[in-house]
Amino acid sequence: MNDTASDEEERITLTHGTGGQATRDLVSETLTAGFEDAGDALVGLADFDDGAVLPVGDKKLVVTTDTHVVQPPFFPGGDIGRLAVSGTVNDLAVMGATEVRGLTSGVVVEANYPREKLERIADSMAEACREADAPVVSGDTKVMGNGELDGITINTAGVGVAEHVTPDSDLSPQDVIIVTDTIGEHGIALLAEREGIDFEADLESDVQPVNDLLAAVLEVGGEAVTAMKDPTRTGLAGALNEMARKSEVGIEVTDERVPVTGDVTGAGELLGLDPYQIANEGVAILGVEPTAAEPVLAALRDHPKGENAAAIGKAIDDHHGRVVLDTGIGNRYMREPSKEAVPRIC
Amino acid sequence: MSEGDPTRAGPTGSIPGGDGDDELQFRDPEKAEALADKIAEIGDDLPDPPATVMHVCGSHEQSIAKFGLRSLLPDSVRLVMGPGCPVCVTNMPEVDEAVALAEDGVTVATYGDMLKVSGTAKSLDDARSEGADVRVVYGAQDAVELAEDLDREVVFFATGFETTAAPTAAAIKADPPENFSILSAHKYIPPAMDIVAEMPDTEIDGYLAAGNAAIITGHGIFDDIVDRHGLPVVVGGFEPLDILAGLVKLLEHIRDGEETVENAYPRCVTEAGNRVAKEQLWDVFEAVDGEWRGIAHIPDANLELREEYAAHDARERFDIDPSALREASASQHLQECICGDIMAGTADPTDCPLFGEECTPAEPVGACMVSSEGTCKIWQEYGGRPEL
Repeated sequence: MNDTASDEEERITLTHGTGGQATRDLVSETLTAGFEDAGDALVGLADFDDGAVLPVGDKKLVVTTDTHVVQPPFFPGGDIGRLAVSGTVNDLAVMGATEVRGLTSGVVVEANYPREKLERIADSMAEACREADAPVVSGDTKVMGNGELDGITINTAGVGVAEHVTPDSDLSPQDVIIVTDTIGEHGIALLAEREGIDFEADLESDVQPVNDLLAAVLEVGGEAVTAMKDPTRTGLAGALNEMARKSEVGIEVTDERVPVTGDVTGAGELLGLDPYQIANEGVAILGVEPTAAEPVLAALRDHPKGENAAAIGKAIDDHHGRVVLDTGIGNRYMREPSKEAVPRIC
Repeated sequence: MSEGDPTRAGPTGSIPGGDGDDELQFRDPEKAEALADKIAEIGDDLPDPPATVMHVCGSHEQSIAKFGLRSLLPDSVRLVMGPGCPVCVTNMPEVDEAVALAEDGVTVATYGDMLKVSGTAKSLDDARSEGADVRVVYGAQDAVELAEDLDREVVFFATGFETTAAPTAAAIKADPPENFSILSAHKYIPPAMDIVAEMPDTEIDGYLAAGNAAIITGHGIFDDIVDRHGLPVVVGGFEPLDILAGLVKLLEHIRDGEETVENAYPRCVTEAGNRVAKEQLWDVFEAVDGEWRGIAHIPDANLELREEYAAHDARERFDIDPSALREASASQHLQECICGDIMAGTADPTDCPLFGEECTPAEPVGACMVSSEGTCKIWQEYGGRPEL
């Protein structure tokens, strides 16, 4: 036992892939350790944001990359192709680059993989690209041996240009926290599908590009939109904790204002999963100066992807780095999940 | 699933299988506020503050932490969790027995929460990763069905309090197949409440007893605790308003010096309890002395199969020899774990140097971080006792 403990430290576990503290520790100790020099990046690798920001002339170029390993590759509401495009488009958009200049697509397929499935995945990538108005401009395809890979993996990278950069670290006290849609649907739908649980409810992933929605937000809010974040793997709780930590503020959230469908709430209670800790793939979290909150909410609700948008709380100059949840009964901290509720979710 | 309004707010907003009335009945913020005001009022009149109230159930702790109920309590009221996590009180030598059986080639079936609980040297999960056949089941009946499907010995490592001991007893009474036996680590809560009530450092002023166990035992079982220790016991349910209402009753009794049992969960609990389940339980099991992990040696608090069911008693059927496992010493971290003090109500998870650092739900050290009913895991998930 004593020996295996040190053995375990040498090995990568699924926990290292959760996107939480374990991932940050692993990445900063290994994969980013040799890249301290961020060049002239305004937002770089060490910032652990959704994308990097590079100055090009007087413009700000946003670059991001994301690898998708979702299991199963086809799930209610989407598939790995739609996810691969949406994930990267949304990472660009929450940095402020709502207009996508180009995507790359790197596909690794296992030998013996049905061609028909690959075609379906390619079709849905193309459809998501049309929806996001995002061209794929470069690609790469590799095949690995049977058993050397679990089906298919897709990496996408993207570039866009931001007028106004919205990192996850620029919240100020009093900024209003807005979510653009109901939360928790991607994670719950995926788990239900994977476990073969039939909830007799309409559980579908929310996977979608939201760059058009965030373009509408920035058009109305402009520089009053201080921060944006893509609440993927560690869910709303993980994203809010990260924003609070990096911005050195506290965040106060009122439980009853957070939009969650009854189906997600019910399935979460049955499965013992907190919807706040479950992945989203078509939602953004915004920090907005108080004066711009109402116009931004109105713009969101005018958009078909933002009908359920809600102001759920605000940044405060207290409880720095933490998220306080008013449950309607008592208060508690909303914690970042320490363990991935559902691995291989994106 | 809840129907109707598709965007009902918040994960605290609805109860599976329930309707809107349930929500209003048991999670209504206005009623909660009124109860909190009442608690604050009583808190001003307590004879010897702070009053320490102990509950003995992981489900209570989950609700208390999830709904931030401690943030509603005045400084004069201290609410602690006692030995209420069945996985956590399962003793290391009991885990050693299960591991030894699994390593001897027997199929061991148990609750999922038990897998990562460490014995002296290793857990069932460790044994499984080394090739032993360890299966997760949802209860005794699942394990019986497993034995019916497999052409080999199946041992159900039976853990938990009255709430799981009763179904285990029912499975034994239902004439299970010959290749099915149980390794009982079942525990009986009332004697543990006796011991903890007398621990000098714990200083309990009242018990909030677990409504689920009392459904089986009935609340009459707590009369003896009141008589012996001179403190009130209130049986409470698990919704936030159930707990707050139970606390109001309990604190009133503490304020007024009333040594009594009160049933604050009458929609489920009766004085006599479930007669059939109780008869089966005591027909199959007898109470014997035993060790509760990290807490104490407790008289009559372990449930052992009676002799007439020896054919299904793994300790009778097999020559279990965990001595080799016990030669190894527990890891340094395990020796630093203060799970026992936490379950005795004398320490909080945040008092433990390992909490949230070396010990997390992903890499647990002590049993309190393994089980979803363990105080440490619950505090890790919901943020514990913030001063909010």
